[in-house]
Amino acid sequence: MGLGTAGIILPNLPAFSRTVSPEQLLEPGLDVAVKKRLADAALNAAKSKGATYTDVRIGRYLNQFVITREDKVQNIVNTESYGVGVRVIADGCWGFAAVVDAKNEADTAKAAETAVAIAKANAKLMKEPVQLASQKGYGEVSWKAPIQRNAFEVPIKEKVDLLLGVNDAALKNGANYVNSVLFMVNEQKYFASTDGTYADQDIHRIWPIFTVTAIDPKTGKFETRNALSAPMGMGYEYLQRNPVDKVTGITTRYNKGYDMLEDVTAAAKQARAKHAAKSVEAGKYDLVLDPSHLWLTIHESVGHPLELDRVLGYEANFAGTSFATLDKWKSKDFNYGSKQVNLIADKTQVGSLGAVGYDDEGVQTQKWDLVRDGTLVNYQAIRDQAHIIDEDHSQGCCYADSWSSVQFQRMANVSLEAGKTPLSVANMIKDVKKGIYIIGDGSFSIDQQRYNFQFGGQLFYEIKDGQIAGMLKDVAYQSNTQEFWNSCVQVCDASDYRLGGSFFDGKGQPPQSSAVSHGSSTTRFNGVNVINTARKI
Amino acid sequence: MAIISKEEAKKILDKTLSFSKADEMSVSLSGGRTSNIRYALNSVSSGGEADNMSLLITAGIGKRAGSATINEFDDRSIERTVRRAEEIARLAPENSEYMPMLGPQQYLETPMYSENTAKMDAEYRAQVAFDSVDACEQKNLSAAGFLQDSTGFSAIANSKGLFGYNKSTSVDFSVTVRTADGTGSGYINRDFNDIAKLKARTVTGVAMQKAMASVNARALEPGKYTVILEPTAMGTLLQSMMSGMDTRLADEGRSFLSRKGGGTRLGEKLIDERVTIYSDPMNLEAPSEPFAGEGRNRTGSFLGGNGVGDGRPQEKVTWFENGVVKNMIYTRFWADKKGVKATPPPTGFIMAGGDQSLADLIRSTDKGILVTRLWYVRMVDPKTLLQTGLTRDGTFYIENGQIKFPIKNFRFNESAVIVLNNVEALGASVRVNGNLIPPVKARDFTFTSLSDAV
Repeated sequence: MGLGTAGIILPNLPAFSRTVSPEQLLEPGLDVAVKKRLADAALNAAKSKGATYTDVRIGRYLNQFVITREDKVQNIVNTESYGVGVRVIADGCWGFAAVVDAKNEADTAKAAETAVAIAKANAKLMKEPVQLASQKGYGEVSWKAPIQRNAFEVPIKEKVDLLLGVNDAALKNGANYVNSVLFMVNEQKYFASTDGTYADQDIHRIWPIFTVTAIDPKTGKFETRNALSAPMGMGYEYLQRNPVDKVTGITTRYNKGYDMLEDVTAAAKQARAKHAAKSVEAGKYDLVLDPSHLWLTIHESVGHPLELDRVLGYEANFAGTSFATLDKWKSKDFNYGSKQVNLIADKTQVGSLGAVGYDDEGVQTQKWDLVRDGTLVNYQAIRDQAHIIDEDHSQGCCYADSWSSVQFQRMANVSLEAGKTPLSVANMIKDVKKGIYIIGDGSFSIDQQRYNFQFGGQLFYEIKDGQIAGMLKDVAYQSNTQEFWNSCVQVCDASDYRLGGSFFDGKGQPPQSSAVSHGSSTTRFNGVNVINTARKI
Repeated sequence: MAIISKEEAKKILDKTLSFSKADEMSVSLSGGRTSNIRYALNSVSSGGEADNMSLLITAGIGKRAGSATINEFDDRSIERTVRRAEEIARLAPENSEYMPMLGPQQYLETPMYSENTAKMDAEYRAQVAFDSVDACEQKNLSAAGFLQDSTGFSAIANSKGLFGYNKSTSVDFSVTVRTADGTGSGYINRDFNDIAKLKARTVTGVAMQKAMASVNARALEPGKYTVILEPTAMGTLLQSMMSGMDTRLADEGRSFLSRKGGGTRLGEKLIDERVTIYSDPMNLEAPSEPFAGEGRNRTGSFLGGNGVGDGRPQEKVTWFENGVVKNMIYTRFWADKKGVKATPPPTGFIMAGGDQSLADLIRSTDKGILVTRLWYVRMVDPKTLLQTGLTRDGTFYIENGQIKFPIKNFRFNESAVIVLNNVEALGASVRVNGNLIPPVKARDFTFTSLSDAV
């Protein structure tokens, strides 16, 4: 999730990925009956070595990335990663071991035995035994993402033609350079545990992106504009052009169908126009934030601080802790935001990146409130944390980015509920005297307890006396999480609700990546501090 | 999986190449073990170990390339994978920037391997965690730390006779120490090739001292201050500058090294004349990879032809000399087009320092701020390398040559280029994340807001 010096930075692939041919990505994975046999071998082996709980994840992770610049295909990457991870509790302590390319029961049983040995060794350094929320077994179940067109079945040529067409449109409309990439992911996951659940799941994700660059040789400066697409839990149907998925306005934004060609055409013109845009005057502004921008602010200032492992201190050495401490939650009157602010965690939302049937410890996924009418009411917790917040069940947000990684608490889709009173973006802007309308995500930074943040964007428009007065540049806003959410005065209605998201959200040591969506409608925040980011070197 | 020897690796690579029917073929074999232990709240939270070895085969047919990877090493499996790479190459679109593979190269033997690290086991790691936790418990402090060690090798070869082999070990340790009430926090990180150099209890002591000294932090007004950036903080700021030295981006007009009117700023004085930055794979404190190869990098590089993974030898290169841009990175394609030597990106860099200790730098400061660590640093404007981020885990006010009191953390908006122009003094360089970096005293560092985070 990040763009560096004008080029697209690529993410890490899951460990042990191997490069394969596109055809291999279409080959079926192991039969469910075989997976059950491999899993049972591990469950039995762990039990015989003294484990009191065991779960087994058999994963086949497929990636396809198509990478282009201008008129060139730079690379087409196809990878497959297959293996088995076994997690146990023995002597009250977690243990984990994984095996690449597990072929038979002996392989998975050996991993189970290693996991038990590690648990027993680490138990000596353990202060309190693991306390696991009870979980009923679901028997043999399955879940498939409701996609219409499997992206891995779309011929490479169609994808290459799309991206080269996008690049051509950018160059014809004022861009000097353009990079475009299609990311496609398929997770085929099988979960089995001593609770009696055997869950087979098929998950798909897609993310088309580009960056266009416009150079001004006279000033020696360059401006960029990134795609307004969102990463989605969808198939190739996300790239269908569908008028009902378009939100028109000062620039077109997209819902569940992304017109990449139309967006890049606008982007090239806008990157060129940024050269002539007015440099912002620092000061207080009312901000009108489009969902293509606000998702990232929600992610950083709500999603992360309400992860219970952070609150407790388990991420202190890397991602950090949280300002949203347990005493604030216990008080039942901690004002996270204004009355307009309702923030919801949801692992069931159709088309979202986080949607699955069961999480990576066999818990059926759910939807629950985090902030209701501005008050902090809950966190995101998994089985070994549920008791800490007086819950008798996990909220089903446990995830591992690979069979080779140990699962832990990860962010659910966290979204801002749409306003209940009918309100359009145009009507929201009409009432703003001195404001900035921000579209698209840009640079982002927040402290380790999630108080102080700074965000940029892709497109900035000055609002004067209820009218859009023109484009601005060099804009970033700084605020404090509680102050910011309390300055929220209006949320547009559900007709404007759209998802944004992160395809590669990092957490943990060694770091793991996860994909998560954040929905909202356009929202207004009053009196936010805006800085000017122009410098001379 | 054990590391395999140079001879064994060469045998597998030669066999693989013997199956090739492509115009040219390159192969890369890498493997090893990575292990870790993680602790938080003075208790172990996870530990793991992973072994792997894999062979990456790239076939070149005309201007097309295709790759395939395998984890099995019998003749049949290898031959099948060679055929697969060739098939993928035939199906791939032509790449007009394809560069023919290199012939034989001379590689340095860099001192990256330590038997001490290779011998590490779970008990050794648990002892490191115990030493760190125990020290903290005795002072009623809370430790969260991570130790990761790896031992591995990488070997590269191609059908034009190129061959290279390297084995290496590495250790990365970091710990955050917090006071029981959460009002103080300190951090330290150390990395080595040889685990014997890590003294976990002593190192943890530095983070403990910072945690205790940072309690009751006072708020200073945001603004421009003289700062002393400890090596960890300076290294974070430098990262974006050193990874942004690509000539093509600058020639295209989209880099901080682009010159107004076209071309690059090669040869121009960009920063203070006391600053010299170079890379040296043979440096004993911070050695680095002898070749730009696939190595054990989990990702490799997928931006074809961007300079990683083509087997170019690494050597000593000066990037900035007395403030002047002396060398920039080239892909082989861009170097060929420009008719110059194709300097690959280095895997580590060394910023030359002075003789002064951190304490000397503090003593010579009338008014200033000592910064332990920078956090969540992100690019705001790539034209000027303006970055934003926050101080963390130990920020102190200095007056009349002494640390006076801890201060609340700040958000900054600043460019590494501006910092290196405002240098007042450099301390002695130490190793940070594979690089050598000095503590740097610089004037007019821009803090833009306060943070309540501890």
